[in-house]
Amino acid sequence: MVLVLAIGDLHIPHRAPNLPPKFKSMLVPGKIQHIICTGNLCIKVIHDYLKSLCPSLHITRGEYDEDARYPETKTLTIGQFKLGLCHGHQVVPWGDLDSLAMLQRQLDVDILVSGHTHQFKAYKHEGGVVINPGSATGAYSSITYDVNPSFVLMDIDGLRVVVYVYELIDGEVKVDKIDFKKTATPATHSTH
Amino acid sequence: MISDGVEDEEKWLAAGITGLQQNAFYMHRALDSNNVRDALKYSAQMLSELRTSRLSPHKYYVLYMRAFDELRKLEMFFKETRCGCSIIDLYELVQHAGNILPRLYLLCTVGSVYIKSKEAPAKDVLKDLVEMCRGIQHPIRGLFLRSYLSQISKDKLPDIGSEYEGDADTVTDAVEFVLQNFIEMNKLWVRMQHQGPAREKERREKERSELRDLVGKNLHVLSQIEGVDLDMYRDTVLPRILEQVVNCKDELAQYYLMDCVIQVFPDEYHLQTLEILLSACPQLQPSVDIKTVLSRLMERLSNYAASSTEVLPEFLQVEAFGKLNNAIGKVIEAQVDMPIAGAVILYSSLLTFTLHVHPDRLDYVDQILGACVKKLSGKGKLDDSRATKQIVALLSAPLEKYKDIETALKLANYPRVMEHLDDGTNKVMAGVIIQSIMKNRTHISTVDKVEALFELIKGLIKDSDEKLHDEIDEEDFNEEQNSVACLIQMLYNDDPEEMLKIICTVRKYILTGGPKRLPFTVPPLIFNSLKLVRRLQSQEENAAGEEVAPTPKKIFQILNQTIEALSAVPVPELALRLYLQCAEAANDCDLEPVAYEFFTQAYILYEEEISDSRAQVTAIHLIIGTLQRMHVFGVENRDTLTHKATGYSAKLLKKPDQCRAVYACSHLFWVDDNDSIKDGERVLLCLKRALRIANAAQQMSNATRGSGGSVALFIEILNKYLYFFEKGNSEISVSAIQGLFELITTEMQSENMTPDPAADAFFASTLRYIQFQKQKGGALGEKYEPIKA
Repeated sequence: MVLVLAIGDLHIPHRAPNLPPKFKSMLVPGKIQHIICTGNLCIKVIHDYLKSLCPSLHITRGEYDEDARYPETKTLTIGQFKLGLCHGHQVVPWGDLDSLAMLQRQLDVDILVSGHTHQFKAYKHEGGVVINPGSATGAYSSITYDVNPSFVLMDIDGLRVVVYVYELIDGEVKVDKIDFKKTATPATHSTH
Repeated sequence: MISDGVEDEEKWLAAGITGLQQNAFYMHRALDSNNVRDALKYSAQMLSELRTSRLSPHKYYVLYMRAFDELRKLEMFFKETRCGCSIIDLYELVQHAGNILPRLYLLCTVGSVYIKSKEAPAKDVLKDLVEMCRGIQHPIRGLFLRSYLSQISKDKLPDIGSEYEGDADTVTDAVEFVLQNFIEMNKLWVRMQHQGPAREKERREKERSELRDLVGKNLHVLSQIEGVDLDMYRDTVLPRILEQVVNCKDELAQYYLMDCVIQVFPDEYHLQTLEILLSACPQLQPSVDIKTVLSRLMERLSNYAASSTEVLPEFLQVEAFGKLNNAIGKVIEAQVDMPIAGAVILYSSLLTFTLHVHPDRLDYVDQILGACVKKLSGKGKLDDSRATKQIVALLSAPLEKYKDIETALKLANYPRVMEHLDDGTNKVMAGVIIQSIMKNRTHISTVDKVEALFELIKGLIKDSDEKLHDEIDEEDFNEEQNSVACLIQMLYNDDPEEMLKIICTVRKYILTGGPKRLPFTVPPLIFNSLKLVRRLQSQEENAAGEEVAPTPKKIFQILNQTIEALSAVPVPELALRLYLQCAEAANDCDLEPVAYEFFTQAYILYEEEISDSRAQVTAIHLIIGTLQRMHVFGVENRDTLTHKATGYSAKLLKKPDQCRAVYACSHLFWVDDNDSIKDGERVLLCLKRALRIANAAQQMSNATRGSGGSVALFIEILNKYLYFFEKGNSEISVSAIQGLFELITTEMQSENMTPDPAADAFFASTLRYIQFQKQKGGALGEKYEPIKA
């Protein structure tokens, strides 16, 4: 069992001063094995904070990131799953599932994690999963109105991944869960 | 011969101890054989050793303790057997000792037994003893003798409830006895400094300081007397002690004893006698460290106030604040030479006291700060690090207490105190203020408060005139400016009108920050404003008719000018992103000309300022991505902008980048949820153009490296064909897709092809996708049916 935190679009300090305290108290060092971050942190302090939660930190570059060394896309294998990571501003139209699916094919990954729209999304798609963890700070977005802060925890166990979504709605943390099994047979196309 | 002096002292002590032990031995023998006369004779000889003047207080103490132990044994003997003598006889008998010092020690010892026997009232015996001890005027000998008296008598005072309490009010006698002993001891102690040569004064003062607890012990005894109630403390004890303290005119004694009084007596007594205690302060020697004494007093009272809310009315009743404030004022006035740091410590203690006792009295807090300003006036910026540290503590205290900057902002004198900090510390203090706001998540909600706050932290907002900036650490600077950026997020008001005023005020301040700060401070202001735009957008035109009402249009004007300021930095990439954000917001507000203007600005930056090829690629993607989402443009404007965008795309430096940007442009002509933008022909043109570029890239690779480049671009284009095919673009034909398949397969099988596992996997997953779509059936499945992969 491996816990992977997917988080992104914090936009600190351009659009938000900090992570919500409720999230901060939930995210503690030692629990998470990998962090995948879609980008737009934007400053080093946040990079260091994430690194303090978990040293295995994978980041792709958002268009506001101070650190120019983050790659545009990244793939990594965790257990039986191949994960792809991309901020998403490169994929036009933004947030378009079919276009993201093309990127998923291009990177040849089971799970594609992207951001940019600040809207949490998790689709089972063509036998894979496309996830957008939303904005962890609920930052302003030109694409999405009324953004709630959110992040995603993935519990990867063998051929199974359980995706937990943590969303802060009116000061309360709501948790949602999506189950996904990797199989040879194509899964039915469904949306969350 | 100083070294000899130390050695000699050791010798004298050793000799003293030997003499003492010898006589003690004989004394014990006499006691064993019940021989009172011999016992007295040898004990007197033993005590004669204490007559020495050659020992330092420290060594004398060693000798004294030995004698003390022996006297205890003698006392036990008197108490138990007395060998037939009556205690009164014994009291007479000991007075036959030839030397006064042994005589008085023996008298005290027997006196102790006398009191215990209750054959005479304790008060009479004590009075007798304390009077007789006047016979010793040598400071060290006198101090130790009286210390002995204090020691043996402390459990025999005629206190209330004590077995030695007489018929009439004998507490007064007990108090009188201790007070008198205290006064005499203090006199001896003070006089000690004049004994011996002047050149050894420093050493002597050190030795004297070591003896202070002998004197202070009396105050402790006083505090333990049950009968000393508040009335007696106020009317007798405290005035008498203070009288002695003031009159002795000795710095060491005054400082020590004042502190002693504060520490040994209960808090509620202090509170009720504040005036008396404080009135002594200005009468002390100017060199006395009165600020520490007063700070300790206020610290005690603060803790007392913090201990229980029930005691707070007491503080109000005695007007503690007024009295302390007054006393501090007088002390600072009297001690002209007091360093700034000292005065600030006093104000700081008073502030802590006030925050504990009168948390609701903001006027008191401001009054203290005002007094501090007065003290600092004319001093300019402080360069005394101790004083600076104290001021930071002084200014931090209200923030910690109220956990709310709005309260601190009401303190008119707060910024005036802060002005006296040097630039570096001023910034640190500004940082503390921001941290306090962030920690407590305080929203600053009015333009006045914003103004006051930015005045307070202006050290971070702009360069001070005199300072050179090459010495500033870049990391520190970034951290500071990021904290300002965070602060801007905390400014919020529900009322759009006030919010716009806040934005304008912040803008005014940050535009003075210079090119180094703008990249940090402009983005948060822009996004704060865009949030306001979105709020107004949902409100529609309900405030129509009001001239002052903020409109999105008005805000966009401000934003345009604000982003323009970034050109001075310059940071074209950041400015381009912000223009595009504004364009999209203007789009949502249906303001076509405004959106067009923002796009124009973004394009100008792209053309004139962004030259790095990687930056161009990102910028192009943002331009296409934004433009794709715009629905506000009429045909003409849209054509102009899309035309430009495709043009930029085709002019990127690297062929693969060109190709990707061009196929991305296809989405500018086909928008899913907008039927007016579905130009299948131009989509196809884009894709064909992308294909040509991919071909050119391939040829270029052949020419320069002798091998074909990756087929990845072709597979990407194929996927785009599939995308629009699915969307129902009739221009995308099965045969075109089929053609692409063949092209890719041929390329992949070609001999001079460099193996590319990533491209292979991409192609395989594309094929799987087609398979998947076919299997799914339905209309889409049917559509896919003719494609043979």
